[in-house]
Amino acid sequence: MTTIDTRTEHGAFSLSGTQAGSGGLAALTGWITTADHKRIGRLLIGSSLLFGAATFVLTALLGLERMDQNGSVLDAGSVGQLFALERVALPFMAAVPLLLGLAVAVVPLQLGARGLAFGRAAAFGFWTWLLGSALVVASFIGNGGPGGGDSKMVDLFLVSLGITLVGLLVIAGTVATTVLTSRAPGMTLQRVPGLAWASLVGSVALLVTVPVLIADLVLLGVDHKYVRTPGFGANLDLLGWMGWGLSQPATIAYSLIALGVVADVVTTASHRRSTLRPVFLVGVAVAATAVLGAVTQKVQLLEWNGDAGSKIQDLLPWALFHLLPILGPVLVLAVCGQALAAGKIAKVSPAALGFSVLGLALVALGTAAQALTPIVELDLLGTTYEEGAATLILGGAILAGLGGLIHWAPKLWGRALPAGATLPLAGLGALGVALAGLPLLIAGFQGQPAMAGSGFDYDLAPEVLNLLVLVGGAALALTVVGVIALAVTSLVGEPTAGDDPYDGQTLEWATTSPAPADNFAEVPRVASAEPLFDLKPGRSDA
Amino acid sequence: MHALPAAAAPAPQRRLITGTVLAAGSLAMFFGGMLAVWMRFRNAAPLKESSNGKLIADWLPKGVTVHDVAANLMLMTLVAGCFMAQMAVYAAKRKDNVHVGLGLGVATLFALAVINAQAFEYSQMAVPIRGGVYHTMFYAITGSFLVLMIVLSAYTVLAAFRYLGGRTGDREVLASVALSWYATTGIYIAVWFLIYVTK
Repeated sequence: MTTIDTRTEHGAFSLSGTQAGSGGLAALTGWITTADHKRIGRLLIGSSLLFGAATFVLTALLGLERMDQNGSVLDAGSVGQLFALERVALPFMAAVPLLLGLAVAVVPLQLGARGLAFGRAAAFGFWTWLLGSALVVASFIGNGGPGGGDSKMVDLFLVSLGITLVGLLVIAGTVATTVLTSRAPGMTLQRVPGLAWASLVGSVALLVTVPVLIADLVLLGVDHKYVRTPGFGANLDLLGWMGWGLSQPATIAYSLIALGVVADVVTTASHRRSTLRPVFLVGVAVAATAVLGAVTQKVQLLEWNGDAGSKIQDLLPWALFHLLPILGPVLVLAVCGQALAAGKIAKVSPAALGFSVLGLALVALGTAAQALTPIVELDLLGTTYEEGAATLILGGAILAGLGGLIHWAPKLWGRALPAGATLPLAGLGALGVALAGLPLLIAGFQGQPAMAGSGFDYDLAPEVLNLLVLVGGAALALTVVGVIALAVTSLVGEPTAGDDPYDGQTLEWATTSPAPADNFAEVPRVASAEPLFDLKPGRSDA
Repeated sequence: MHALPAAAAPAPQRRLITGTVLAAGSLAMFFGGMLAVWMRFRNAAPLKESSNGKLIADWLPKGVTVHDVAANLMLMTLVAGCFMAQMAVYAAKRKDNVHVGLGLGVATLFALAVINAQAFEYSQMAVPIRGGVYHTMFYAITGSFLVLMIVLSAYTVLAAFRYLGGRTGDREVLASVALSWYATTGIYIAVWFLIYVTK
């Protein structure tokens, strides 16, 4: 069934954010009370980028701490908590909200919908997430978090992380519902754009995975408040029970939306119909099998000993939970490679293309790397190897998200980002993710313990490896800050972008830049996966 | 801007039903996650010999007695609530407002009865929350279910006011309420079996 909405949920305010009697206060109130999906998406994107920049500064500081074995850079008592904050912030304050923000802002436009399903719920989700994230940071500042010294602040951490996750779940629910119910007539699920498909799969993956993590938080929260059972709700044991939600394969599930961003940017760049579209659809779905491994709440170890029966018993879950998800980003990369090789690349922002393709390559690299973690023989569990793989996957997803932001900037605020300034940032960002992640993989093989600032030594110059992590974190922070700065300056320094600046193929390019309050003056009818190609005469493949 | 041909009149959306299905799935994963941890602890408990000579997990703490009657009554009440919520949907299709009101009213009453039964279960079992990991997990799981019941009863009341207040054309909300009752009952069956039956 394909349907289209007739009602819109924009509240009492217009797109410009002003009521009768406009002014600064009215504009502010308009932003706070908005139910317009484009505004909620921009709020999510902006907030997550700020959190992301702060997280990467923290990554750099922790690299510096690891360089200095005397541990004199950061307070020795808080190093463990700062590592925990980085692990929590990277997925839940930066990567997931950034990708969901893009989905909230762009997917209804791609579907030909007049708004997001349950727009007010999405706004509630954003404010809930923001409040929860702020409280998580506050709890760490107050000596909370896993391993924290102040029990009340540890309680606050558990509650506030739960609030953060509930906010993300509500947003994911609205995105999934929108894709399932608000498609333009004729737009079957096989015809939805790449971002919309990945948003559906990614949102459902979040709706399945994140509640299990919230369940752990509730159990741990009650136990920590009343008993602090050793091995369960005690301060130092919290991360052991909730760590699966911050590690692989859960992080793969968190980055699924990035696959759709890349597919859409590449398809637009290639200016032709994608002949391998079914492969892309399957690729995203295959990557989502990571959810199966995540919700088991433990690592499926591959011991590879005993008789053939025991080996198969070990091999099957490992292959299903850790090996199969690799196929997803690899298939999407192959589809993108084929599209770029066959098409004539023109018009699309080269920075968007650079950010998204490099981001996807890093996600694929991290996904491939994580498959080694459960192999007992390699002894990588509990080392920085896990951190490195998570950084590659989530950092790559953030880069892809930045690519999407640059690509859809004309639809979000009516201006394109300057290509000359953004393209070097793509290279810097990719270098940053590689430097922040790859040395940790190598250090993991050397046995460097995870989440420890000191107390390790090995042959391969730990100072150099951790210096590279420091440089990587700093490069990533610079990249994010650079994109934010260029986005802000584009509002005054760049000319208004056209409605269809990239000669696009999907419906978001059929409306004005930026899109009006109800997105479309008339509900469009769709006859293929590239509806705008059907309307543009003279195309070689139309 | 490209001139796209206008589409036909919009079809029904079923957004609320879709949203309810997704929410129900998430809630199932939430309770499934908690019950999985409960089972992990239960399976790790040392074994003891039961009264009929079988080896069973020594998981239920000494002094804790599970009162089956209230737990079973909650299950039966929830099943009955599903019938009442479905009756409201059936009556709404026939524009029978009296029976819509009756169905939703009785369903709300049943929801309150379940909440009351859970409170009774707490008072009868008198599990001290600081007693250990069984105790905290017991309250975390059953407390979460209690919150779900409170939300369900509020949703049922809201739907009743909305429908009886004149929005009789919007039957989707009634179907959503019925679906919520089914999902809640399904979740309780799992809680009931693992916490009150197998203990």
